[in-house]
Amino acid sequence: MSHLDLNQLDNMQFDVLREIGNIGAGNATTALSQMINSKIDMKVPKVDLLEFKELSDIVGGAENLVVGILFTLEGQIDGMMMFMMDIGASRHLVNSLVGTSYETATGEFSEMELSVLNEIGNIIAGAYLSSLSTLTNMLITSSVPYMAIDMAGAILSVPAIEFGKMGDKALLIETEFGDDNKAVNGYFILIPTIDSYGAILSSLGL
Amino acid sequence: MNEMIKVGMADLNVCISPDALTTLGLGSCVGIILYDPIRKIAGMVHVMLPDSTKILNNENKAKFADTGIDALISKLTTIGAERRVLVAKIAGGAQMFAFSNNSDMMRIGDRNVEATKLKLMQLGISIKAEDTGNNYGRTIEFYPETGSLLIKSVGKDKKIL
Repeated sequence: MSHLDLNQLDNMQFDVLREIGNIGAGNATTALSQMINSKIDMKVPKVDLLEFKELSDIVGGAENLVVGILFTLEGQIDGMMMFMMDIGASRHLVNSLVGTSYETATGEFSEMELSVLNEIGNIIAGAYLSSLSTLTNMLITSSVPYMAIDMAGAILSVPAIEFGKMGDKALLIETEFGDDNKAVNGYFILIPTIDSYGAILSSLGL
Repeated sequence: MNEMIKVGMADLNVCISPDALTTLGLGSCVGIILYDPIRKIAGMVHVMLPDSTKILNNENKAKFADTGIDALISKLTTIGAERRVLVAKIAGGAQMFAFSNNSDMMRIGDRNVEATKLKLMQLGISIKAEDTGNNYGRTIEFYPETGSLLIKSVGKDKKIL
């Protein structure tokens, strides 16, 4: 397993990680698009090495209300995977799946709608991880989805703490997606542990 | 001029009244406020992890409860606060996700709070107020003028401690 220093990633390694984000999020976006039967575009993934202070800025500020669905990863890759959407996007997504209209469905999510959101997270993360698993030829299993609806900063503190054990920065493979009228947009964030980064890169011959 | 000074994750800062301190979106991290009520000088540190001795890469003192509190005290005393009158208020340490297994990673909020209280007790600094645990994020603001700590959470009333 190659030893990895987050501060010393070369361009080649960045490119490979970006490509992983691309393939994983591509599959996940397709799954999402089929689910709600509408076209969803995906931006070019970003691989960012961020200071903790900057972390919550990526999702529109620390106090921005978001839905975060977190999976812990096990198997040959350890770490976390997070799927984040702002609250408006989640509402839109749930409405288009359950068929409730915008006018009647505002405010808090019902029990059933929360479980719909969980399931969306499940399907999306499954698509992301299975493509990652195929690509690297490694076994990756994920936990059941854990969901929280809260301030972005508070939700991101959970993966940030994991990174805090390893260093002073967090490496994110982040992909933004959205449909034409910006109703559905969000982020996939893959957060492997430092050893798993090494494992992923060496499985691809780096 | 009163200014609201932001404290980021794994960061610390100090201020003198009428300025105030804030940290946005505290999750499992703990926000620790130490203040000198007589001189109206306050400091805030946003710690992520309980114990610096368990971690190899521990240069950033503000990241850990133990070293963060020490660093905050030395910064406070350099701007004129009196060490022996310092008192504390703490907030945060939530468990954001309802994890089913009870591993260490999952209890990090509780562990941060425990480590913070232990360190403050060792230093003989009393905790005047706390709002910790539970499962929601908090934005906190501290005003050294009155010594009051304002806590905002999503879907809940503002709290003043």
